[in-house]
Amino acid sequence: MKPFFIFLWKEALHIIRDKRTLLILLGMPVVQVLLFGFAITNEINNARIAILDPAQDEMTQRLTQRLLSSGYFQLAARADREEDILRSFRRGEIKMAVLFSPNFAERFHHNRPAQIQLLADASDPNTATTLVNYASAIIRDFQQESLDDGALPLQVVAETRMMYNPEMKGVFLFVPGIVTILVMLISAMMTSLAITREKENGTMEVLLVSPLPPALIVLGKVVPYIVLSGIITAIILTMGVFVFDVPVRGSLWLLAGESLLFVLTALALGIFFSTLTNSQMVAMMMSMLGLMLPTILLSGFIFPIESMPRPLQIVSNAIPAKWFLIIIRGVMLKANTLAEVWRETAVLAGMALLFIGLSVRNFKIRLDG
Amino acid sequence: MEKVITAELLTKRFGSFTAVNEISFEVEQGEIFGFLGANGAGKTTAIRMLIGLSRPSGGRAIVAGFDVARQPEQVKRRIGYMSQRFTLYEDLSIRENIQLYGGIYGLTNRDIRSKSDRLIGELQLEASANALVKSLPLGWKQKLAFSVAMLHDPAIVFLDEPTGGVDPLTRRQFWEMIYAAAERGTTVFVTTHYMDEAEYCHRVSMMTEGRIAALDTPRKLREQYNAADMGAVFLKIARE
Repeated sequence: MKPFFIFLWKEALHIIRDKRTLLILLGMPVVQVLLFGFAITNEINNARIAILDPAQDEMTQRLTQRLLSSGYFQLAARADREEDILRSFRRGEIKMAVLFSPNFAERFHHNRPAQIQLLADASDPNTATTLVNYASAIIRDFQQESLDDGALPLQVVAETRMMYNPEMKGVFLFVPGIVTILVMLISAMMTSLAITREKENGTMEVLLVSPLPPALIVLGKVVPYIVLSGIITAIILTMGVFVFDVPVRGSLWLLAGESLLFVLTALALGIFFSTLTNSQMVAMMMSMLGLMLPTILLSGFIFPIESMPRPLQIVSNAIPAKWFLIIIRGVMLKANTLAEVWRETAVLAGMALLFIGLSVRNFKIRLDG
Repeated sequence: MEKVITAELLTKRFGSFTAVNEISFEVEQGEIFGFLGANGAGKTTAIRMLIGLSRPSGGRAIVAGFDVARQPEQVKRRIGYMSQRFTLYEDLSIRENIQLYGGIYGLTNRDIRSKSDRLIGELQLEASANALVKSLPLGWKQKLAFSVAMLHDPAIVFLDEPTGGVDPLTRRQFWEMIYAAAERGTTVFVTTHYMDEAEYCHRVSMMTEGRIAALDTPRKLREQYNAADMGAVFLKIARE
């Protein structure tokens, strides 16, 4: 075993001496969590709106008050005419406008439709949808309360509860996502680079001529990155928990075990890439284009898989990150146990075995060539 | 003298292409054996079979007493290898490189320590023993790589174009190291494109198109081909 440990020591030296890469590897998770946590967020606060209120009665005032005190909206202008509103939209001064019909309260109390028009700037469709949804919900509540004297005998009341994330915090989504993406990047790309680097330098040949068995050489290259990925996962989760109050409701051991499995899958993929090429450049391109983009786009991290076209949904099954995301979200937010995520776990384990098998086969062919 | 390499009808085929075609030769202990041939003649493939990186498609080779196809692990323990590319780790110091290769070949810590002291002394690298290898000039690097390949006292050392891109003075010193190793009983199996280096070998084989076209001492080859030097011998054989 001693030769193997000396080999490990040498790998550790490579990683430690490459200070710039190490700094990026350890700094990236911190920066990304902070960015996603604070800056990039779906939640909208203080969106600037304009209000056109020709009625100026008790009801429109109460509703306006309600909208502005929600925290989502901020009054940019009180408009007198519709043209003013259109101009404000063009200048980008407002994101949404609320237009009340004249005689609002009077119509309402006489059971005639009292109308509100919501105009939103849909040049940014996501924001527009969110704003309109917020506003509609507030208006609906307001209507409900105003009808409390039982004016409508028959009602369908939908009571909603946002389970697992009642405050709808984006960070709950991003923290598991960043763990997934970064672990994939570091494990797959760094190992494929580390192995192809030895091939490019010719040191791999010297190692293969040595009595060290090829399996131990690969294992020696992989172990340091298992450790590194573990550290990075711990950094992200710790920041998530302590800075952004992301809960870890399931078992920490299960989370650690599943993370290790995902790391192994990504490493196996990295080894597989490194058997396909002898050049660091190609290995880098394979990891970046072949792996990073599909992982970000198709894993369900940002775009929900359910709303993808059918062919893409099928392709997404081949993305290891998709399965890990289901597991990590389940364990962290829903307190899932192994009994609930065993299927995803089995898929990941199967993928890891497949990539290891393919790598062993390719490695043999190469040795013979 | 004891035979340390015996190749019998050694063959390597890739599909329908025969890279090495039934070559047979023997190398004795302590011999400096020059393995020459034009690019693409099959030298590299032959060496890869002898060092256990590639399985022969036919024939057999006994290296350091073991069959390369059946006991490659035993062969690997007993040989050293240095390729034309510089193969120490640039981001490790001289001492760390020695420690690494010594460790991989299973030397004890005490052995490694005494050998690195001796080796660093011989190469007069005391001042830079803890400096990263990338700070060394190429000539020094190659000499160091050779010493590292010899660290575990192999029976045979395979040198694949060890002096490519090195200045004449360093090449000279490099060959002195090769001679010293042969004196101590290590067999040296060397490929080169420098014909003056071919003259330094005890015996030389010339490969063309996967076969050994000629094999003898440099002097006898010159006489046989009626040539003034090994360069002329090489050209005559290559053109046949």
